[in-house]
This record gives sequence, structure tokens and C-alpha cells, in this order.
Amino acid sequence: MSLGKSLPHDAAPLHVTGQARYVDDIPLPATALHLAFGLSTIAHGEVTALDLSAVRAAPGVVAVYGPEDFDPVPDCSPSAHDEPMISTGEVLYLGMPLFLVAADSHLAARKAARLAKVSYTEKPALLTVDDALAANSRFEDGPVIWAKGDAARAIATAPHVVEGQFELGGQEHFYLEGQVAACLPLEGGDLLVHASTQHPTEIQHKVAHALHLPMSAVRVEVRRMGGGFGGKESQGNALAIACAVVAARTGRPAKMRYDRDDDMMITGKRHDLRLLYRAGFDDRGQLTGVAFTHLFRCGWAQDLSLPVADRAMLHADNCYHLPHIRIESHRLKTHTQSATAFRGFGGPQGMVGIERVMDHVAHALGRDPLEVRRANFYAPAEPVASAGGASPPGPPEDISEQAIGAGPVPPSPDETVDLTSRGAVEGQPERGVAPASPGAQTTPFFMPVEDFIGHELVARLVETSDYAARRAAIADWNAASPILKRGIALTPVKFGISFTLTHLNQAGALVHVYQDGSIHLNHGGTEMGQGLFQKVAQVAAGVFGVDPYAIKITATDTAKVPNTSATAASSGSDLNGMAARAACLTLRDRMAAFIAGKHQVKADAVRFEGGRVRVAGESYGFDQVAAWAYLARVSLSSTGFYATPKLQWDRKAGKGRPFLYFAYGAAVTEVVIDTLTGENRILRADLLHDTGNSLNPALDIGQIEGAYVQGAGWLTTEELVWDGKGRLTTHAPSTYKLPACSDRPDVFNVALWGRPNREDSVGRSKAVGEPPFMLGISAFYALSDAVAACGPGYPALDAPATPERVLAAVQRVQAHV
Amino acid sequence: MQISLDINGSLRDVYLDPRTTLLDALRSHLGLTGTKKGCDHGQCGACTVLLDGRRVNACLTLACMAQGAKVTTIEGLGSSDALSPLQAQFLNHDGFQCGFCTPGQICSATAMLEELAAGWPSHASTDLEGPFPLSHAEIAERMSGNLCRCAAYSNIVDAIQNAAKDGDAK
Repeated sequence: MSLGKSLPHDAAPLHVTGQARYVDDIPLPATALHLAFGLSTIAHGEVTALDLSAVRAAPGVVAVYGPEDFDPVPDCSPSAHDEPMISTGEVLYLGMPLFLVAADSHLAARKAARLAKVSYTEKPALLTVDDALAANSRFEDGPVIWAKGDAARAIATAPHVVEGQFELGGQEHFYLEGQVAACLPLEGGDLLVHASTQHPTEIQHKVAHALHLPMSAVRVEVRRMGGGFGGKESQGNALAIACAVVAARTGRPAKMRYDRDDDMMITGKRHDLRLLYRAGFDDRGQLTGVAFTHLFRCGWAQDLSLPVADRAMLHADNCYHLPHIRIESHRLKTHTQSATAFRGFGGPQGMVGIERVMDHVAHALGRDPLEVRRANFYAPAEPVASAGGASPPGPPEDISEQAIGAGPVPPSPDETVDLTSRGAVEGQPERGVAPASPGAQTTPFFMPVEDFIGHELVARLVETSDYAARRAAIADWNAASPILKRGIALTPVKFGISFTLTHLNQAGALVHVYQDGSIHLNHGGTEMGQGLFQKVAQVAAGVFGVDPYAIKITATDTAKVPNTSATAASSGSDLNGMAARAACLTLRDRMAAFIAGKHQVKADAVRFEGGRVRVAGESYGFDQVAAWAYLARVSLSSTGFYATPKLQWDRKAGKGRPFLYFAYGAAVTEVVIDTLTGENRILRADLLHDTGNSLNPALDIGQIEGAYVQGAGWLTTEELVWDGKGRLTTHAPSTYKLPACSDRPDVFNVALWGRPNREDSVGRSKAVGEPPFMLGISAFYALSDAVAACGPGYPALDAPATPERVLAAVQRVQAHV
Repeated sequence: MQISLDINGSLRDVYLDPRTTLLDALRSHLGLTGTKKGCDHGQCGACTVLLDGRRVNACLTLACMAQGAKVTTIEGLGSSDALSPLQAQFLNHDGFQCGFCTPGQICSATAMLEELAAGWPSHASTDLEGPFPLSHAEIAERMSGNLCRCAAYSNIVDAIQNAAKDGDAK
């Protein structure tokens, strides 16, 4: 069996020798054009004159396109058709593309783009949450409100109440490979696009739409990305569309790569927000009622902000049973970059909120925050009846009926809407509310929590991290240390797995067996370093009983597998692994039926293992059986398909079962701060994370470590700063502080929970991409704990907890009387 | 201007604007795309190459400045069937995820181990006279110019420590 083995990344030999090819490494014909955008220098206003004569006259420039060159200007939005590729006259953020330059070199295009003479009428820019609230500038008509029970009453009658608000910063993706796309014109107006994207089908759709072509005329190929993290779900659309437009108009290949500063100025980041909370609780710290207000700064365009803000609401409970809760979510429209998907997709923001409540309640009661957290946990999962993790009895499911579309007939789709986008939230069929399992506690959105393993998982982590003894030792140490203070925190994670736009939870695969026994694997998922291709190859190898290295992994290609969902929401291996498995099973069944027929035995008596096919006491090479099957005219190519079962979700009402299951984890972080400077360091982190039966433990541990560091980076060092004019002043790694090798905790213990998923996922594994990002929240609350050791006040830290903010918090708690 | 560069042991003649960086010369003029462009500002380390064995950011080095020096890129450190010790250990320890920073990490680590062997102290060294045990702190300090956004740092440190052991064993 290849499942569950720690095999190295499939492209490892290519990576270490520099042969792994990214989009910018693909050789293009010498006639290729290189593109650059000219950018706005104001945040809000009208372009009154756009003089591009100097741009056109610049050396190497072949073509320059302004808004008058398009009718209409192509749209790049994944949702609301509100993102023209270049401004149509209205400037909506500083860094907005105004025109497009095509030149014979990258440098020539960029130099020329700076020569435009632009006149503006400047208007007041809405840059902050307060600006947007005052102007009632928002997406959707008003806030989205979900409620369960009566939070106001529960808080009003509670023995104790805490309330507060804090700022939670955004985050730049800083994929090491910046945004890039290239387009080659083919015969008859067809196009081949190479893009660094998590969503090839969306690129295909947007390019086709821009050029009034059917999707079948556009092929998008993605071998790999140099990091994505959500930043390549929709933010690469503009580059691919620009390349396609230029290739179509000039007949020459076109490539566009954002220089790093341009990338940071143009593209969206993680949503920042202000988060308000008010919670009532009893003497033990058990919450009786809680109310949250999320004030998201979404930027100039809708992009994926609605589902991101939804997911924040869906994680406002984290691991805690909250019978009375009200969540009010504002999606504010500002004149800044359009905030977009980023690992966790709003989940981390929602989760930091409830963890803040736990931290604040514990401080108010003078209790260990971990005790308060545990007091509020969901009830433990009922033990699974049979060993091996079979599904618990639940509501009867009929996947086929769901897939065909039970319920009302959906309206005819608007062809301009990319149905495969997470932003396509309107006009989709909604399903009824999932029946609750009797007795199970439910989330604020009424989904039964049947698989809660937080109690056991946290108990094990408390033991392995020696939490209690260390907490006591830290208190003693702090009492004797006037300048340096240490802090420790344990925070848990419960993260919902599935796209919340239900129809995206589908995937396809295409598998060929050649006459020499070699196997070609293709599926709709994209590789961005997470090891998806290797995991899916291990699934395929397991079905055929061959070495995983015998499986040829191939680039994602919209011509091989159509209508793919973005590789996002941690869903890559869950969806594509199952689709590939289905295709491989079809082929294996055909080969088994064929060889069984020759031996006059039943097909289920045929075994595929160790690269051999065993039947009726004989053993043949897999290649031999493939050759015979070919000669016998057996089809050796198959597609596979998977649709996630059990999902029912009504986003408007905030009710249903948006997730197939939850992934769990917990982390303990210990930090030290310098109370004179605010400088701080992570001393030790212990992580325990649930990936079900891991498909590949080495890859999963790598994901967990990397996600923790990235999550801790978000909440500590990674600070985005805009000036009063709306200019992002942190637009390079010189001013935007990414975690470096020295920011990895000195002591870093990572373990897998190692028990199977209760749901019937691929190999009973669990998704791993996003959930461990939120383990980094423990670093933030460890800092809060260290600050709390400085005085009687509550630290009320804002994020990211930079040295400046830590210092301010230290002074706040010391001043508190 | 016409310049001649000694790259990975072979002499390459190339005609360039004098302001062309070594990184652009390698990637755009010489077809050596193993060296990556991450930030183009000397801040991320993805473009690290070796000049006479010392690590430099190719994006901050003009190609003409590299004349007369031996330039070593990731392509020159080893090949698929003859990996350098660091390449082999980055593979064994999954010292990457997306792989984009990997060529720079490996070039940087190659020179860093030489710097250690030559007795160069770092900010993290407990004794400026050495010896310098290959601790996590030493490696972290000496490799902090090479960013990995996937944060595969644990595995990168493991790979470097094991490659150094391999080197000692030889």
C-alpha cells in the first residue's frame, strides 16, 4: 500500500536541481510580448486625461491599450462583474491599473508604463472601517445577521459580562513566485494559457468571456505554482486576460509577470477587520450568551468577500457550544486593494474572535484560560461503533439523487457568471436544512457537531507539552523577572471542511493505462507545494497496487478535466483523491474482469499488488495484463467523478450542514516579551493536529509546521500599513516582515492525532491545507498572557502584535488601577 | 556590451545592456531558469548564486561584475543522477513545499557551510573564535536571508544539518 507513506514530494528531484518549471521559466518564442500595467497614484477619483503618447513612443513598446480600446473593458471579477481589467475612468484604489503596455521586454514594458501623463479629479477616499461605516459604503444591502437562541437576553441576565473590540490586520500572501501568466495564440483564434493559478477553470471562463469565445476555445494549463495560499484563486485573472487580449490582437505570444512591488500594490490580501464582542458568562466561565460584530474591510471590489465573511461567521464558535449567539457581519467597501481569499478564508478571523472572548473571560475570573476553554467545549463525539472508523449512523443519504439535483429546478445560469467561482453566491439553488441528529449539540448555524474530539486531543496535548507544570513555572519565573515576561497559551481549532457553495464540492479525474503498463494521472486539482499531486498519485498507486513512482503525474489541464473547482478550501485531496480513485477503480475493474475471464474465475478474486496481478494461482506483471487487455480491445482510459455527500446549506438563513466534517487541532505556544521594548519571541510550540488517517505523514507535518508559522506571522510580525492617501507603504519584504528561518520556534514539536476520519473520505484522511493555520492563534494569546503578567489590566491586544502594540499593551495593563 | 561569463564551468559569451543584472542575464539571456526571481530587491534570497564560492543575490549583482569570477548556479551544483549532499538532503527531508525558494536556499546553504568551515562567526555564535556547532540558532541566523513563504524551515534546517554531517563523514 502506498497510502499513508511519507514519500517525498513528486517533483523533489526537479526542485533541488532547479529543473522544476514555473510559468516564468517556460521558453516562449522570441516574438513574445511582455506586458505591464500603468497604475493609478490616487485612491479615489476620476481620470480626466490619460495621455499615453510618451508610453507609445518609448523604446521597445509595441502596443498600448487604454479604456477606449475596449468595448467593454474585460471584466476580471470572480463574482460581481465589478473589476474592469483597467479603469474605465473611475479610480477606486491606489494601484488600480489604468492602461496596458505590450513591449518586447519586461523591462521595456515597465519603464514605458511610468511615462503616462494622467490627470485626475480627486475625491475623498474611504480608507478605514470608520470611513466606510460613516458613508454606509458596503457590499450587500446591510449586514448579514445569523442568530441562534436569544443572545441579548442571555447576556443581560448573565452573572458576568465582558465586552471589547479589537483590530485584526490583513496579510499579504507573498507567494514567492509572483502573479504570472502567458498566452499562446493557436490556430482559428484558440488560445493556450499558462497561468500560476489555483483556479484554471476560472481563468478559462474569464478569458473566454473577455474574447467572446466559447470556453472550449481556451485551454488552461497549470503545472505548479510557487505558492498560492489563496492569493491565486482570483487575483491572477487580470494577468491571464491581459495576455489573452494581447495575444488575440497581435497574434504574438504574451506574458505578464507583476514585479513584486506591483504585485503587492495591485492584488488583494487577507481581509482585515474590527471585531466587537460582548459575552455573558457564569462563575466557571461558561458562556451563556455572546454577540459578535464583524466589520470587514473588503476593498474596492466584491471578489470573494461575501463567502470569506460568511466563513468567519461559520467559525465564530470554534470548539465551543454557544446556545445563544448573534453574529452581525458587515462587508464594507473601501478604496483599497480588494481583499481576497487567504488560507482559512475568513475562518481564522472568526476564530480569533471567540478565542479573544475566552481569554478575556478567563482574565476577568482570574482563571487559567484553558479551563475556561474546556468548560465551553462541545460535548464529546459518541464513540464510533465499529473499529476502523466507519461512519456513524446518520440521516440516510442518497448521493446520486443529490447529484442530479433534488429540489427546485435551478434558474437558467447567466453565462457571464463563473459558476465555478466561490464568489458566485447569488441565484444558486439552495437546499433544505439538514435534520439534526437527536441529542447532538449544534453550531450557531444549526449543524450537529457529531465528531468533536477536542476533549481527548487537548488532554493529550496538555500531557505531551507538560502544559500545567510549565504554566506554573512561568508564573514563578515572571514573579522574579521584572523586565522579561513569559506567557503561554493553548488554543484549539475546529475547522469546517467543504466549500460553502455546495455545488463546488465536486471533482473529476482522467486516468489512462498505456499498453506498456505505464499510468497517466490527471485531475482538477492544482499543485502549489502542498503535495496534492503526490497524495493523489499515492491513492492511484494504491488502487493499482503499483509503485507510486510508476504513476505519471501531469499538469492540470482544462482540456483533460473540465469544470474544475478552485484548489481551495483545503479540499484538494478530499475531492480529487476520490475522483482519481473512482477512475482507477473503473480501470482496475475492467482489467480484473478481463483477466478473470481468461482464468474463468470471478473478478473479485483478482489481486493487484506489488506491481503484479494475481489470479487463480498465477502472477502476471501489471504491464503484461495491460498489454493483453489492449489486445483484447478493453478500454484502458477512464474518467472518475466525485461529489461530496450530505451537504445542505442555506447561506441566507445561516442554517444547514455546509461541511462534511470538521478537522481538529490544538497548539501550545510559549513566548517571551521585553517589557521595555515590546520585542518578543516564540520559545516553544507544541502542535497536535488531526489529519485523520494521514495520506502522507511527512507532507502533512510539513503543512502543519508551515501553516503554524504563517498563522503566527499573521498575528505577530506581518503588518500592512496604508498611509493617509491610501498608499500601501509596506509593498516589499523590506517593510513587510515575513517569518524567516530564525522565527521558527526554537523548540517545535509536531504530532499527528492519527485516528481515522468518521466520514468516508479518501483513505479516511482529513484535509490539512488550512486548519493548522489557526494553530498560530496560540502565539497571539501567549503574548496576551505575557502582557497580562505585567499588571492588573486586560491586555486587549490588537493584531498583529508587533513590538509597538505589545509595548502599548504593557503600558496599558501597568497603568490600569 | 559583450561580456564573457564562466558559468558552471563553461564560458558563455553574451551581449547585454551594461545595466543587466546577473539574474536577468541568467534567466533571460542564458536560459538558466533554475535561479528564481522572488522580489528583485535583494530581500528574499530566491536568486542566490555563488560567485567564486561566495553567495550573492543575483538580482543585486550586475552581470558585467561577474566577469572573471566563477559563477555557480543551482544547475551547476549537481544533477538528478549526481546530487550534491545538500540537494540530496533537501530531497530526503522535504526541505521545501512549493519549491520556488529551493534553488536559492541550496546555493545559500552551500556557501554558508563553507563560511562555517572557514571560521566566520555569526551574530548567533556564542564564541567569536569558534568552533561553531551547527545548532538550529546558527543555521537560522545564517540562513535568514532566504525566505520560504511555505515556512518549511524545520525541514530546511534538518537538511542542512544532515548534509553537514555527510560532509564531515567524507
